[in-house]
Amino acid sequence: MLGWTLAVLVPLGFLAAAFVAPLVATVARGFVPDGRVDLSGLADVLGRSRTWRVVGQTLTQAGLATVVAVVLGVPGAYVLHRLSFPGRRLVRALVTVPFVLPTVVVGVAFRSLLVEGGPLGGLGWDGSLAGIVAALVFFNYAVVVRAVGGLWEGLDPRMEGAARSLGASPLRVLLTVTLPALAPAIASAASLVFLFCATSFGTVLVLGGLRYGTVETEIWVLTTQLLDLRAAAVLSVVQLVIVAAALTVAGRMRARRERALAWRPAHDTARPLRLRRPAGTAPGDGHALDLAAAAVTALVVLAIATPLVNLVVRSLRVGGGWGLDHYRALGVRSPGLPVTALEAAATSLRAALDATVLALVVGTLLALVLSRRPRGAPGRRAVAALDAVVTLPLGVSAVTVGLGLLLVLHRPLGLDVDLRTSPLLVPVAQAVVAVPLVVRTVLPVLRAVDPRLREVAGTLGAAPGRVLASVDAALAARAGGLAVGFAFAASLGEFGATAFLAQPAAPTLPVVVARLVGRPGADSLGQALAASVLLAVVTALVVGALERLRAPGTAQDW
Amino acid sequence: MTTRRGARRTTGTTGTTSTATTAGALALALALTGCSAIGGGTADPGAGGTPSGSGGTGQGGTVTLVTHDSFVLSDGLLEGFTERTGIAVEVVQQGDAGSLTNGLVLTADAPLGDLVYGVDNTFASRALAADVLRPVELTAPAAEDARAYAVEGDEAGALTAIDYSDVCVNVDRAWFAGRGLAEPTTLEDLTRPEYRDLTVVPSAVTSSPGLAFLLATVGAFGEDGWQGYWQRLVDNGLQVDASWSDAYATTFSGGGGGGPRPIVLSYASSPPFTVPEGGTEPTTAALLDTCFRQVEYAGVLAGAQNPEGATQLLDFLLSDEVQADVPGSMYVYPVSTSVTLPEEWARWAPLATEPFAVPAADVEAHREEWLRTWQDVVTG
Repeated sequence: MLGWTLAVLVPLGFLAAAFVAPLVATVARGFVPDGRVDLSGLADVLGRSRTWRVVGQTLTQAGLATVVAVVLGVPGAYVLHRLSFPGRRLVRALVTVPFVLPTVVVGVAFRSLLVEGGPLGGLGWDGSLAGIVAALVFFNYAVVVRAVGGLWEGLDPRMEGAARSLGASPLRVLLTVTLPALAPAIASAASLVFLFCATSFGTVLVLGGLRYGTVETEIWVLTTQLLDLRAAAVLSVVQLVIVAAALTVAGRMRARRERALAWRPAHDTARPLRLRRPAGTAPGDGHALDLAAAAVTALVVLAIATPLVNLVVRSLRVGGGWGLDHYRALGVRSPGLPVTALEAAATSLRAALDATVLALVVGTLLALVLSRRPRGAPGRRAVAALDAVVTLPLGVSAVTVGLGLLLVLHRPLGLDVDLRTSPLLVPVAQAVVAVPLVVRTVLPVLRAVDPRLREVAGTLGAAPGRVLASVDAALAARAGGLAVGFAFAASLGEFGATAFLAQPAAPTLPVVVARLVGRPGADSLGQALAASVLLAVVTALVVGALERLRAPGTAQDW
Repeated sequence: MTTRRGARRTTGTTGTTSTATTAGALALALALTGCSAIGGGTADPGAGGTPSGSGGTGQGGTVTLVTHDSFVLSDGLLEGFTERTGIAVEVVQQGDAGSLTNGLVLTADAPLGDLVYGVDNTFASRALAADVLRPVELTAPAAEDARAYAVEGDEAGALTAIDYSDVCVNVDRAWFAGRGLAEPTTLEDLTRPEYRDLTVVPSAVTSSPGLAFLLATVGAFGEDGWQGYWQRLVDNGLQVDASWSDAYATTFSGGGGGGPRPIVLSYASSPPFTVPEGGTEPTTAALLDTCFRQVEYAGVLAGAQNPEGATQLLDFLLSDEVQADVPGSMYVYPVSTSVTLPEEWARWAPLATEPFAVPAADVEAHREEWLRTWQDVVTG
């Protein structure tokens, strides 16, 4: 019992200290400016037509982007996780790269394609809703692929086989067997994408400008530019309501569908992708569906690769010609920067490592707790509530949390310490974002564990800890590699709350990229692009390597 | 819009003290103190320009400099200061000038350090109104030069000017020469039909040079006239980008990104960076009749632990050594008249003789109103 108590208290405590307390502190500062509660801001801000326009735009952008990401991402999950073909790991890593690209680089990689006179200028997407939605999908495609793919990999194909042998067409099997089984993961992924999009700050500003301002950009302006914490607090509450509503919908969808699934080792479920129907098989065997999914995925991967290739090409431009000069400059400290790009990369890796470990510990404990189904109604309600709370950090403004950390970390709990300038705040802030990703990746898998497996293990004499290790952990480890990669990528790219923290002069790579882009001169721009490519390559390598971790056989020693 | 004067509530007591928080604090503390990659002391201490000073906490103690993300000095400068004075310097960086100023106001009761550098003239009034600074006596000769840039109403000298830069419209000379079109020279020119669809500026709401340009137009056309000017700009096909880098590196034709528009808002110091390899003169120029002057200030914090050390460091920021370094390290002009500018700057980055100005108090009083109006005009 002590184990479970700790499993609940440690992650809850982390979230309370690193997320809830800062959030409450900032909002309280807005509603209780000088010791007296002042709710006049509510009526004032909610009475502005601007507020409702901004709310509408947030819902439109995030809603559209979520739908597009899911529609494109589900076939992608199938192709990248259920089919096997040469270069699959590379493609998986490639689609994850946008997830960590600093927003400042989007301006260069994405916008330079869309700008009038650019290669894709004809689309007219620069400064339009379509451009914003395209960019949001670009960033979040991997979220759907990974979250859905993680569950899809483990689905026992015999279930589908049974339906097929009973005469159902491949399409019918997909719609009535496979997709319902995947529904929890799809709902999970959709809620993550929605939250990411609803709180996207840089992408919206860079590609759409203030015309398409969202609740998040509005909070940023009110907090950082106008220091109008009263209005910002109201909008933070509005944001919380939107996010809570979205999470409730997703939770309902998940709960309806979540059930035990039969499991197979991952390597059993992937089958080779064949462009031609294998000789001797009849039409209507699902080959057409495979091809359709592969075609959609190929187009999406191409679309994702275009800005990335653009980035690489431009990083190689030196003066009028081509060369590796900007890459050589990564190891040299240029004037105006306290560190070289390589040193910043090392700082980034260290911070991301800390954040990942933190997020894994907290996230896995949470996922374990959330995967239980208590008998009593109060227990079930508590689990449902915790489930929603866990994802909240993704849906709340990084500015609000960043500012809150500044407010609460001076003498926290009355202790005589000042943690506001601790270098470890960066990984802590990153972990707050990474925890929900870990939970949402691992949880669908854990929830799908057949409780009979645990019962059997118990009957056979395994102690509770042993059951956890040999049943839950073994199965969770399959999603574990995905979760680690996810958490690591999110930590590497995090540029929201960290930008607001007061830090000793050891900037991370995204910060260095922002600094380089912010300087005049073609060389600075080239170096910024080269540094972004470095960030992308590091991410792809690490994520790719982590995925290998979940090879069968390593799972038992978790 | 007012700033909160002397916030009384002490921070850190949000009343959520529970077992969970304690457990979390423990976990956090474990993480913060225990085995971690970033706290492992593997960071190269010399790299950050922050001498942790082996004997740093000697007679002079430690001074913590709170500043924005763009602060940097050449290697060895701060180390030299520590060697001479025995004062170790710690640098803490926090966002841009706006975030920095807001941070000062919100942590007035328990400041993050002793000296602040990087509050600019668009945020100076906010810092002054919040009483977060204390006036000090300076001994550096350049303190006299700095007084020329003092914030109106700051008679006591709580903020000391360190450097400045002119935010000006830049043009791509090569683009205009190639088309045989005369370059614009004034703000009014930008609204003329021959320059239709040619101008890009960063947003006044999300970019500090963008705000500076809005202020330039307020200074040029008056509090009742700038709205009409911006309407004419918008009618003439103005493009507004999110940040300086979006405008300069992506949309501007002369900023290395090869974008479509030849007129951009940037700095008077930008042209020297566009001297092509093997060339002798820049391909861009700043229009010196369109400028707003941004001044950056430093000040000793009211709640400083080490005000004497902070004052010495402030004097050091005005020394010839640092003043001569700021053009190369931070792309700004020194306030000191006794140091020489880099040759390229002297040749290709002349300053505006009469930049437009708006009193700092007016900026603070009207910021929200102006930004709202500006947004309405620009987004239509």
